[in-house]
Amino acid sequence: MKLVTAVIKPFKLDEVRAALLAFGVQGMTVSESSGYGRQRGHTEVYRGAEYTVELLPKIRLEVLVDAADADDVIDVIVRSARTGKIGDGKVWAIPVENVVRVRTGETGPEAI
Amino acid sequence: MFELNAGNTAWMLISASLVLLMTPGLAFFYGGMTRSKSVLNMMMMSFGALGVVGVIWMLWGYSMTFGADQGGIIGNPFEYFGLVGLTDENSLMIASGVPATVAVGYQATFAVITVALISGAIADRARFSTWLVFAGLWVTIVYSPIAHMVWGGGMLGGGGWVADALSVPIDFAGGTVVHINAGVAGLVLALIIGKRRGFARDPMKPHNLPFVMLGAALLWFGWFGFNAGSEFGADSVSGQAWINTFAATCIAMLGWLLVERIRDSHATSLGAASGIVAGLVAITPAAAAVDIFGALAIGLVAGILCALAVGLKYKFGYDDSLDVVGVHLVGGLVGTVLIGLFAHVERDDAGAATGSTFAPEGALNGLFYGGGVTQLGTQIVVALVAVVISGVLTAIIGYALKVTMGWRIPEEDEVEGVDVTTHGESAYDIEPGNGSGSSGVLSSTHKTHGAHA
Repeated sequence: MKLVTAVIKPFKLDEVRAALLAFGVQGMTVSESSGYGRQRGHTEVYRGAEYTVELLPKIRLEVLVDAADADDVIDVIVRSARTGKIGDGKVWAIPVENVVRVRTGETGPEAI
Repeated sequence: MFELNAGNTAWMLISASLVLLMTPGLAFFYGGMTRSKSVLNMMMMSFGALGVVGVIWMLWGYSMTFGADQGGIIGNPFEYFGLVGLTDENSLMIASGVPATVAVGYQATFAVITVALISGAIADRARFSTWLVFAGLWVTIVYSPIAHMVWGGGMLGGGGWVADALSVPIDFAGGTVVHINAGVAGLVLALIIGKRRGFARDPMKPHNLPFVMLGAALLWFGWFGFNAGSEFGADSVSGQAWINTFAATCIAMLGWLLVERIRDSHATSLGAASGIVAGLVAITPAAAAVDIFGALAIGLVAGILCALAVGLKYKFGYDDSLDVVGVHLVGGLVGTVLIGLFAHVERDDAGAATGSTFAPEGALNGLFYGGGVTQLGTQIVVALVAVVISGVLTAIIGYALKVTMGWRIPEEDEVEGVDVTTHGESAYDIEPGNGSGSSGVLSSTHKTHGAHA
């Protein structure tokens, strides 16, 4: 099993969610987050006074999947979250040792 | 003999109400520009000025401004104390057939907004109690005398020494009395009270730009009563003042946006709102004394110069938080001085104004309309005298309050936010998880702070 984590632009969430649903992903965890990459935020000017806003709002999206599906899921997210402009985000996967469904006690791939 | 003119009276009642709306409008304009932790205090300084000045004006403010002249400096404060002795026969607006009560109300709204304007220079850090006392002292010792000098028969008006030496000054709706006066007072208070903690280091962004634009919209709407109402009647002169107020403000906004686009590469909403106010300020003294070309020129110059002037505080290191100096002092000076170039009044042989532009008898046309440089000199002298009088008197009041009541809230209160420490309120409760539990814990802390508020 793998945990796929994606940091994406907030307005892309609906598109990514629809794409993952179409692929067959059942659930996900979504949280609001903020951060920056190479572009280092942006600058705002108020009556001539400059403010640098480094942390930009992002969506952090996490999906548990079978190891065999991980590459495809990453591919789905990358395709649906891409605008081609700077700040589109990152997607990565890490191995997961075990998963337990709280309601039934099922473990492993059946709990996904 | 007083003869009631219902049309003029109706217009002046509406104008008074329009000008009164400017102060809550200013509260939104200023409130949006502060941080979210001090928006209520910012708005309360405007509302507080309404309360204090509204009472004082009826007791002795009107009398000190429009009562019998005392040495060219003030009116007799006891002549109409509490409005006793005031009749329509001695109405300020008797020539327009407007009752004395309406004149008192109209003038009251000017005093209120002038005091409220000053508060923009001292955002986030002043004691509310000291501000209220300041409002009362300032309207008595500074506003009423200067308004008397310019409008009430004093030394800066038709019969004063400037008029004798040069020509009769033109201040149609309050460039000197309201904007230069408030701008200088704001600068003096900002210097006396000192900078906000973290000024020019911490981000102090406006927390709600839609508030700022709402405030600018209300100010613009109310300003038609301010300028077109200053004719004291409904006629072609008030119409000229109306369209000049409209046109100058439109182009001032464009001027400010142009500066921003070139300098910062973005035309911003704060810039649009600020340009509107700069244009309104600058056209105020000239409102009826210029034609449409003069109004457009004054508006454009004001929009550009004020947009450049708001950067001065970073250059010189004074914390005029919301740019009372950059917008009101600079805008007021632009309008007052440019009258000397653009004043354009057609007169009959007896010297009375004909047509839709107006200036008092004895005032001359500007340099660009064949009047020579005399009126320009008059306008500059009046502006400088007002700067000095307002500056010195405000400094005396400001320092007196500093050593008696004190101006600053404690440092920890300023960091936490003046709203919660002084007023026991916070403007917004929209954070998820900020439920009744955390509020309960906080309220006991506020009581301790509330003691020195």
